[in-house]
Amino acid sequence: MSLYNLQKFLYELNRDESIQKQYKDDIETLLSNYILTDEESDALRKGDIGLLYVLGVNGQILMHFAAFLGIEWFDYLDKMRDGIEDHGEVRDGVYAMTGGGKSFTSEEEGK
Amino acid sequence: MSLVYTGVLSHAPGITGRAHMVENVEKRDEFYSALESQRQDIVNSGAEAIIVIAAEHFANFFMNNMPAYCIGISENYEGPIEDPKWLAIEKTQIPGAPDLGKRITRSVMETVDVSYSEEWKFDHGIMVPLNFLTPRYDIPVIPVNINCQGPPLTPLHRSWAFGEALRRACDAVPEKIALVGTGGISHWPATPDSGKINEAWDREFLDKLMRNDKDSLLSYSDEDTYRDAGQGGFEIRTFITAAAAAGGEGDLHFYTAELPIFAVGCTVASFSLS
Repeated sequence: MSLYNLQKFLYELNRDESIQKQYKDDIETLLSNYILTDEESDALRKGDIGLLYVLGVNGQILMHFAAFLGIEWFDYLDKMRDGIEDHGEVRDGVYAMTGGGKSFTSEEEGK
Repeated sequence: MSLVYTGVLSHAPGITGRAHMVENVEKRDEFYSALESQRQDIVNSGAEAIIVIAAEHFANFFMNNMPAYCIGISENYEGPIEDPKWLAIEKTQIPGAPDLGKRITRSVMETVDVSYSEEWKFDHGIMVPLNFLTPRYDIPVIPVNINCQGPPLTPLHRSWAFGEALRRACDAVPEKIALVGTGGISHWPATPDSGKINEAWDREFLDKLMRNDKDSLLSYSDEDTYRDAGQGGFEIRTFITAAAAAGGEGDLHFYTAELPIFAVGCTVASFSLS
């Protein structure tokens, strides 16, 4: 159930500019509206893309959140790889890493 | 009058948002040219409204109340929900077609239990196609969503039935309507594997799609698709729905796996209507 709440937090944040403002201005009040574990709350406070990815947040929801945080594309991919390195395999959902962490674009390899 | 155009195209956010990163500029521009031709074909069809069958990405629908199918019947839409700089598409208002949308919905309901919505924000899944097909946002849009994100997912044979229902609905109204399905084929978007494409799988699927071979198209299981085409492959539902609506054979105008920075095999195709 907690992953559901974690994803709902991000779903509502991604589509609502007033919640985006609250995320920046008063995240603690915003977090208090959701039943989350300490690990999940902390990941949201820090914008910890890697941990959120491993926790099983749907990739589309997480991608929009990373864009909101202003994370550059290749950094975003690296943060997910770092999450796997630090916390192990993706724990839930259908967005598992299947490519062993390698890059699939020449643009990234040449960066 | 009826359905006057049916096609499919890709919608990945990188198509606009990462255009500036592409190394294979020649291939990118060839893709953009194919999209421009598709725009012209739609204009030449005289379409008065465009139905966009999309696989949205949590801009509107969540697991608290997830419809398998939903049709938009709002006067106006807004989008994109994403950071405009990230997607390289400015936030804007898009006109809807509420009266036509309600008539279409009513007709579809004769055979498919579709949801409807008067409140809908567009994400890249619709904004990227519109950016190329109606760049001035001057054709009213009827958004249609198929849940391809949050399993359990609708079976492929129901997507086919939905496409047939949309065709009957379009043919029963006086307006000229264009319909496009927009999804990915094999891809692993929003994972570290972004850019991974199973080209052989894509080409086999597109061959079946262009032949409009119903039995072959409906033979994919989600387990096989997930293994061979990634979670992004679940979006074949939008292409299958478009094929069912058209009824005729397809014409593949463009496909390439050589733009992995866009995170999908880029596709543009149209169907004959029968």
